[in-house]
Amino acid sequence: MIANYGYMDGSGEYYITIDTDKCNDCGHHGCVDACPKGMFMVEIDDYDDEVACIKEEFRKQIKYACSECKPVNDRPPLPCVTACTPGAISHSW
Amino acid sequence: MPKEFWRWKEYNWHEENIDPKAGGIISGGVDVGSVSSQAVVLIDGKLYAYSNMRTGSDSPNSALNAMKWALEGTGLENTDLNYVVGTGYGRVNVPFADRAITEIACHARGANFMYGPSVRTILDMGGQDCKAIRCDERGKVTNFLMNDKCAAGTGRGMEVFADLLSVSIEEVGDLSFDVEKEPEPVSSTCVVFAKTEAAGLLRQGWPKNLVLAAYCNAMAHRVVTVLERLGMEKEFAITGGIAKNRGVVERLEGELGLTGLKSDFDTQIAGALGAALFAKVLYEKQQAK
Repeated sequence: MIANYGYMDGSGEYYITIDTDKCNDCGHHGCVDACPKGMFMVEIDDYDDEVACIKEEFRKQIKYACSECKPVNDRPPLPCVTACTPGAISHSW
Repeated sequence: MPKEFWRWKEYNWHEENIDPKAGGIISGGVDVGSVSSQAVVLIDGKLYAYSNMRTGSDSPNSALNAMKWALEGTGLENTDLNYVVGTGYGRVNVPFADRAITEIACHARGANFMYGPSVRTILDMGGQDCKAIRCDERGKVTNFLMNDKCAAGTGRGMEVFADLLSVSIEEVGDLSFDVEKEPEPVSSTCVVFAKTEAAGLLRQGWPKNLVLAAYCNAMAHRVVTVLERLGMEKEFAITGGIAKNRGVVERLEGELGLTGLKSDFDTQIAGALGAALFAKVLYEKQQAK
C-alpha cells in the first residue's frame, strides 16, 4: 500500500509517502530513530502488517515539522529517507 | 428558533425478509464520523440493518445510539452481535467494538461490496475530510491520500453554504443547476475565504442558485486536484454524504470526463458497511483459532 501522510493547502502539497509493502520487509525501521523530530512510529496496520507511519500529531503540520531538515540552500540528504534501507519513504516537496 | 438549513434527515432501515435469529454470524460496523455516525449490521455477510444519524458531542454515546437505532424493531440487542468493528474519527471511542480499523480500509472494503470488484478508485467526501483511495479487486487499499486540514471540499463546507444562503442542504444540488450559465468557481482553498467571496457575490446581486453553482464548482475542482495527485483509474465511485449532492457529483464527473459507478446502496454507510465486513472476517478467524 502507498500511504500518503500530509495535506495540500493554498501553498502547495506536503506529503510523506511510505510504501508499506517495502516497509513491511524492513526489520529495523531506522526512520523512527533517524527523524530529529520523532515523527515516525511503527504500528500494526489494518492488514496486520508492521509498518512505519507518521504520528497523528504531525500529519497536519508536516511542512513545518520537516523544515529543520529542509533548509532552502544546500539541502542535505533527508535523514528519514537515508535511514530507510528498503527505499520506502519519499517526500513530495 | 432559527431554521437549521444544514440539518439533513436521519434514518434507519432493516430488511424484513431476513430472520436474525436463524443462527448466522451477526457482525456490526460503526462509523463515528466528525459530522455523522452510521451503524451497519450484517447477517452472514448480507446487509440486514443500518442507521445514519448526526454525531453528537460524545463519541461513545453517538456510537451506542447509532447501533441502538439500527437494531430498533429487529428484536436484536447490542449483545447479540458476534463481532463489532469501530471506524471513523471516533473509532477508538466505540465502547462495544472488538477492534478499531481506519476508515480508509473500511471505505475501500465497503465500496467493493457496494459497487462490485471492478471499483478501483474511491472518493470519500465526508463531513470533515476528503479521501481518495485506490484499491484492488478485493477491496484492499493500494494507495490513499487524505485531505483533512481544511473544510474546503467537505460536507461541513456545504453545510456552511446552506446556512449562508438559507437553502436546505438536501436541495443544494438541484438548485445549483437552475442557472442560465455555469459560473466560475469561488475560492476552493478555504471555506472561510469562499464564504467571504460568496457574501460579496450576493451583495453584487448574484442569485442564490448562481452562488451555489459557483460553490459546487469549487468543491468539484478541489477534489479533482486530490484525485489527480493520487492518480485514478476510470472505475471510480463516490461515497459519503456529498455523493448525494448531484450539484457536486455531476460537475466532478464533468471535470474528470468520467461517470462514476452507481449503486442502490446508501453511499453514506460505506465506512460502517466495510467495518461490518471486516468484523465478519475477524470473527471467523477468531472462531477458527
